[in-house]
Amino acid sequence: MESDSNNILHEVTKQEYKYGFVTDIDTEFAPRGLTEDTIRFISAKKNEPEFMLEFRLKAFRHWLTMKQPDWAHLTIEPIDFQDIIYYAAPKKKKELSGLDQVDPELLATFNKLGISLEEQKKLAGVAVDAVIDSVSVKTTFSETLSKYGIIFCSFSEAVQKHPDLVKQYMGSVVPYSDNFFAALNSAVFSDGSFCFIPKGVRCPVDLSTYFRINAANTGQFERTLIVAEEGAYVSYMEGCTAPQRDENQLHAAIVEIVALKDAEVKYSTVQNWYPGDKEGKGGIYNFVTKRGICKGSNAKISWTQVETGSAITWKYPSCILLGDNSIGEFYSVAVTNNHQQADTGTKMQHLGKNTRSTIISKGISAGKSNNSYRGLVRIAKNAVNSRNYSQCDSLLLGSACGAHTFPYIQVENKSSIVEHEATTSKISEDQLFYCQQRGIDMESAIGLIVNGYAKEVLRQLPMEFAVEAQKLLSISLEGSVG
Amino acid sequence: MLLSINDLHASIADKEILKGVHLEVNKGEVHAIMGPNGTGKSTLASVIAGREVFEVTHGEITYQGKNLLKMAVEERAREGIFLGFQYPVEIPGVSITNFMRTAVNEIRKYKGLDPLSGIDFMRLMEEKKKLVEITSNLTNRSVNEGFSGGEKKKNEIFQMAMLEPTLAILDETDSGLDIDALRIVANGVNKLRRPDNAFVVITHYQRLLDYIVPDFVHVLFEGRIVKSGGKELALELEEKGYDWIKKAQE
Ligand SMILES: Nc1ncnc2c1ncn2[C@@H]1O[C@H](COP(=O)(O)OP(=O)(O)OP(=O)(O)O)[C@@H](O)[C@H]1O
Ligand SMILES: [Mg+2]
Repeated sequence: MESDSNNILHEVTKQEYKYGFVTDIDTEFAPRGLTEDTIRFISAKKNEPEFMLEFRLKAFRHWLTMKQPDWAHLTIEPIDFQDIIYYAAPKKKKELSGLDQVDPELLATFNKLGISLEEQKKLAGVAVDAVIDSVSVKTTFSETLSKYGIIFCSFSEAVQKHPDLVKQYMGSVVPYSDNFFAALNSAVFSDGSFCFIPKGVRCPVDLSTYFRINAANTGQFERTLIVAEEGAYVSYMEGCTAPQRDENQLHAAIVEIVALKDAEVKYSTVQNWYPGDKEGKGGIYNFVTKRGICKGSNAKISWTQVETGSAITWKYPSCILLGDNSIGEFYSVAVTNNHQQADTGTKMQHLGKNTRSTIISKGISAGKSNNSYRGLVRIAKNAVNSRNYSQCDSLLLGSACGAHTFPYIQVENKSSIVEHEATTSKISEDQLFYCQQRGIDMESAIGLIVNGYAKEVLRQLPMEFAVEAQKLLSISLEGSVG
Repeated sequence: MLLSINDLHASIADKEILKGVHLEVNKGEVHAIMGPNGTGKSTLASVIAGREVFEVTHGEITYQGKNLLKMAVEERAREGIFLGFQYPVEIPGVSITNFMRTAVNEIRKYKGLDPLSGIDFMRLMEEKKKLVEITSNLTNRSVNEGFSGGEKKKNEIFQMAMLEPTLAILDETDSGLDIDALRIVANGVNKLRRPDNAFVVITHYQRLLDYIVPDFVHVLFEGRIVKSGGKELALELEEKGYDWIKKAQE
């Protein structure tokens, strides 16, 4: 019986990545490799002010003194950082004033993914900032947003138009010295998004960015900075897919969130980068540093992520709860299939009084994959009366995969309470048979069960994103049973 | 003939459970299968539904003129076979509404019909809920999760009503029901009885058969149907137990 259901599970996991294709867009490259000259090249290309170049160079010099971390539960092929092209920009034919002027290749790519800009524009109030190969190609709705004083643009544009804001907040949550990949990103980042919500403004639409990695051998280093001033609110969505590649592609992004007094930032991610083929060849290395700070009292930051892609994921969206009564949340679904490896989780740093955090992590492993949750909850001495609730569940499909939980808990005062729950379960043959007996085929049954399992997390996502995420969950496990 | 089972042998883990079952079911009929614990009643139901852990080593099953043993589990379901489970399984996080909507639309797709619109589906749910006297909030809950024994059984009948099967096999749907629930379940079945469908009810108790009056009663014993008769057979079993049947076999 055991081996039967394993066979079934094995089949569903065999599904190939549906979004594997390469778009041929003219690209302008930086010379291969990484030296101070590369950094000067990137900075010059982007026509950056002096402070940016200084920041990059400091980061680079610091990076040279660092070593790649090896503490995660991951097996990583050595990365040759000199064999990477650190900058690639799609050539713009001319200034774009409408969708008809966007590179048709690009539109075709979006169409294949079912996320055409046209469609997105029509979707209820979604402003799309599409990033392809490191340079923003198109920003919509930014004019509407500017009426509210909201800035939503590419990071490069922000550097040009709002250098003071960038200077004030960039690196304030994730300093360049934070970790190996953060230092690398700080040195070579190409582009990303910038979002600023002024005091008292509720952003009327969900802000959305679709990222794509698109040029052979181009590591992509995005940088996103979101600032919500006092009493501001924004919901931000990041989603991505990547075309099929034979070589591993490095992706090391940084996301920084600053929430001032009474501000709230919801950050949602659906990540579906190329995970490699069934033998584990190719696929994206996703080493991301995401961190938010609740700087003022009553601030709130929530991270929601649905991670189905990448060969290797190393990612811990975290919250620093500095303001009194501030709230941090982390909702995560991480799916690994075939030979994928994920080491993901969160850090909740409670520094202010009466701070609260919630962690809901749902790992789903299939095939020969490895899925680890790693979480730190630290309640500092002064963070009296703080609370954390953590729930870490693992769902196994088949018996060749692994699920691991590494919770680290440090409580430095007596008035705080930390609760941690963990479960491991399997999709049982009984459940599958029950669904099939009702006329539902194996793959839909797995989709149904997995989506049910991940429901608590999915319902945190903005509506249209949730629908996409549900499809993605089913797709990424198709062929893993049967 | 709707269902015809001929000399069916089936085993699990090399242990033979069914040892030559013969059974014929026509449209419009209700058959009751009784018999001591562990004699293979649920196994028979599972084999008809297509559960793969049971290996069919010999014999045939014909359903609506087709070789049932060649059909996948979901195909049998879409062709109108419904199994009311003795132990319905829990599916956390999947609401009954969502579950049934998926099932109904998969079956419709198989029949070449468009999926039901949200409104039509909700209407269908309301209608069928009334039939089995289900309170409205039950269908918002996850499939069988935290349901009482009786609620699980009612939910099986509700699903049967939703899917309108041609052949419904109810495996001890009466076990664990209080007297009101038993009446509700039985009424549900009776309302769904039509000249073009059939029911096989597996039960230990004559009392169910007071409500759902069978055309035939069969006794399954040690993997074989050893005695068949009309509804009086159930009364006889109630009175005398299975000893006389066991003795007759020795
Ligand atoms: N998955 C299984 N693995 C091993 N043996 C099994 C399995 N399922 C059923 N059996 C065995 O098959 C035999 C018949 O079981 P079955 O469930 O069909 O009996 P039943 O007639 O439905 O009994 P009850 O009246 O108690 O429901 C029993 O001996 C049981 O232990
Ligand atoms: Mg039984």
